[in-house]
Amino acid sequence: MKGAALSRQVDPELLAESVAEELRSGARFAALAAAGSPDASTTLRAILARGRALEMLEARLTRGRTSYPALTPLVPAAGWYEREIHDLFGIEPVGHPRLDPLVLPLPLGAPRPRPGDPRRFGHVELDTAPLPGHVSGEGVFTIPYGPVRSGIFESVEFLVETTGEEIPHLRTRVYHKHRGLDRRFGELDVGDALLLAERVEGTSSVAHALAFSQAVEAIAGVEAPRPAQLVRTLHAELERIASHLDSMVRHTEGGGQAVAYARLSRHKEEVLRLRARLCGHRFGRGVVVPGGVTGALQIEPGDTLRDLRMLEAAIAEDCRALMATPSFLDRLRGTGMLPPEIVLAHGALGPVARGSGLADDVRAARPYGAYRFLDFEEASGFEEGDALARQRVRLAEIDQAFHLARQALEELAGTPGPSWRVALGPLTGGALSSVEAPQGELLYLVEVEGGRMRRVKPRCASFHNLALFPQAFRGDIFTDFVFIEASFGVSMAGVSG
Amino acid sequence: MPWILRGLREGIVTSRYPRRPDGFGDGFRGAIQVVSGPEPGIQEAPGARPGADAELVELCPTRAIEAEGDEVRVDRGRCVLCGRCVASRPDRFAFSPSVETSALTRAALVVPEIEEDDAALAALRAQLHRRVRALRRSVHIRHVDAGSDGAEEWEVAALGNPLYDVQRLGIYFTASPRHADVLLVTGAGTIGMAGPLRATYEAMPEPRVVVAAGTDAVSGGLIHPSYATEGGVGAAVPVDVWVPGSPPSPFSLLHGILLGIGVLQDARAPS
Repeated sequence: MKGAALSRQVDPELLAESVAEELRSGARFAALAAAGSPDASTTLRAILARGRALEMLEARLTRGRTSYPALTPLVPAAGWYEREIHDLFGIEPVGHPRLDPLVLPLPLGAPRPRPGDPRRFGHVELDTAPLPGHVSGEGVFTIPYGPVRSGIFESVEFLVETTGEEIPHLRTRVYHKHRGLDRRFGELDVGDALLLAERVEGTSSVAHALAFSQAVEAIAGVEAPRPAQLVRTLHAELERIASHLDSMVRHTEGGGQAVAYARLSRHKEEVLRLRARLCGHRFGRGVVVPGGVTGALQIEPGDTLRDLRMLEAAIAEDCRALMATPSFLDRLRGTGMLPPEIVLAHGALGPVARGSGLADDVRAARPYGAYRFLDFEEASGFEEGDALARQRVRLAEIDQAFHLARQALEELAGTPGPSWRVALGPLTGGALSSVEAPQGELLYLVEVEGGRMRRVKPRCASFHNLALFPQAFRGDIFTDFVFIEASFGVSMAGVSG
Repeated sequence: MPWILRGLREGIVTSRYPRRPDGFGDGFRGAIQVVSGPEPGIQEAPGARPGADAELVELCPTRAIEAEGDEVRVDRGRCVLCGRCVASRPDRFAFSPSVETSALTRAALVVPEIEEDDAALAALRAQLHRRVRALRRSVHIRHVDAGSDGAEEWEVAALGNPLYDVQRLGIYFTASPRHADVLLVTGAGTIGMAGPLRATYEAMPEPRVVVAAGTDAVSGGLIHPSYATEGGVGAAVPVDVWVPGSPPSPFSLLHGILLGIGVLQDARAPS
């Protein structure tokens, strides 16, 4: 498969041990994905990151074989992946410590959607019975928080088992929003699949379109022209600024910082409006396509630069004031602690990892597009592991995002009569691609046959990171919840699939 | 103290919409419209491609384009604003800058409008008007996500920022469905949210207004058909106002909410 430096077949019996061996020799566990075939076989693919490359281990389960030895006992980070695969494919990881349904709670023995398998699949009935409690003791009770939550949130249910104030145990149920995207991808051609990719995590449309397009380009053996790479970077960085500002806005809202909330939410709105002026869409949809971008910026790079500089100054000034406001910092400092050893063992992604001192920015580790030649510095030196450190990472990334956007615009201003898009040849094959979305590393596994999708698996950083969420509650209480959640910056749409 | 001065620094930045049109809102790609077709009564030029209608229909990834003879229509309730039709047939389709795209019936999202039973629409309008008469000056909204892509939540939340500031219109977001007058639903209508959505609706006191916010909520958009969705939220709750858009912009959402509580009239209402 293209995009993976190393691809190796292993026996399903040996998959768990092989992955564990890779981790012992320094690789990071990035994902476990499955794909169904019309002949009723299923392929499991473990994706590992090692230095500047991605590696893949493939294990094929032949027709009728519905179990394999679980990875989770040896590789705890695989826990959610195996639960997802169990939900969608009915394949049982033998020895998994907790195989509760995650994205699709179906009754025992019900047929499974098996994404990648083109055979018809009808509607399903969910089994939404409440989960039994895990914690026992005097005065322990369970608070179901969600799926309809107190505010404008995406739907998710947190089961909090508590004696009152502290949160000793927390479980996350994400199936409510499950849209069946993996299977839907398999019904589409390249053009329509791109539109769906933009809607997997609607707040990171550009990152998704980019990861998907890069995979298709790898299959076609082409590369986007340099001006197109610059436009992609501009939009991707504006998306990052908007997303990180959104996280800051949620923190100020939770902390009751009314003026900071008003000002930062206004800046966020101005970023969305700038994006709408650049391409007609507030979330940058319709810009990135396989082979390049749809066209030039709708406003002159010079004018954009002027707008960008004003925004940058306004945001920097307000954030500087906020980070010197004790009543705000007190809520974040020491809240939602993630010790480095936990973050490292889980292979956490994005600002969540960098706030605990783990460097893993795809733009630095495996540069793609314009990041190969633009000046860029990965956010580092934040090691406290609390919500405050994660926000400091985001602020540093906002600075760098402006720096990158400015460089892209400066070069675009001097580009005469550029070409925006290259033609794609016949499309058959498979590829793995990765980009740094605002939430962290975003992976796309794409298999295409004659221009039609066979299997598309987006792996969102939100999915990978949310599994770590309960670990951030050591000694924290209910009023810290809003900060811990906002500092994770998770998009539930990307978790539920 | 520094924050107080900081808060006053820029004066009023809030939009005057709906009292006055907003410049930015009107510059936004709000919807697709059908532009000039062949003149009626004029013989088609020789060499005109037979089956061109079918080609127009095929352009759309969500089958929002309907073509019958010379009549071409776009169902904004299915349209995800990808712009593919505008790019390949600029002679037939264009982006409309209007953000006032909401409608009181699902059928009214189809443009150009189909002859509808005016009496029935007037009755519907009057019935909604009677229901919401008491709400107009203080309206509480409960938002529920029924399988959105997450962008809709950003746009709903944006209504609280200083540029839109819906509190100036007496509109507030509330956590409790018991306090809510308007149910604002986003997302493609997942089966996992059908129960909680229905329960939220049941918990609201009468009178209540349901707004389906976004193309996904109206029809399921690109997500539909899927084993996990019902093709919009209309299957779970009775919808009063349909707001297209992928996602709908804050101005479109505001228009839909104001339409639902009778502050604004729909495009087809007699003025």
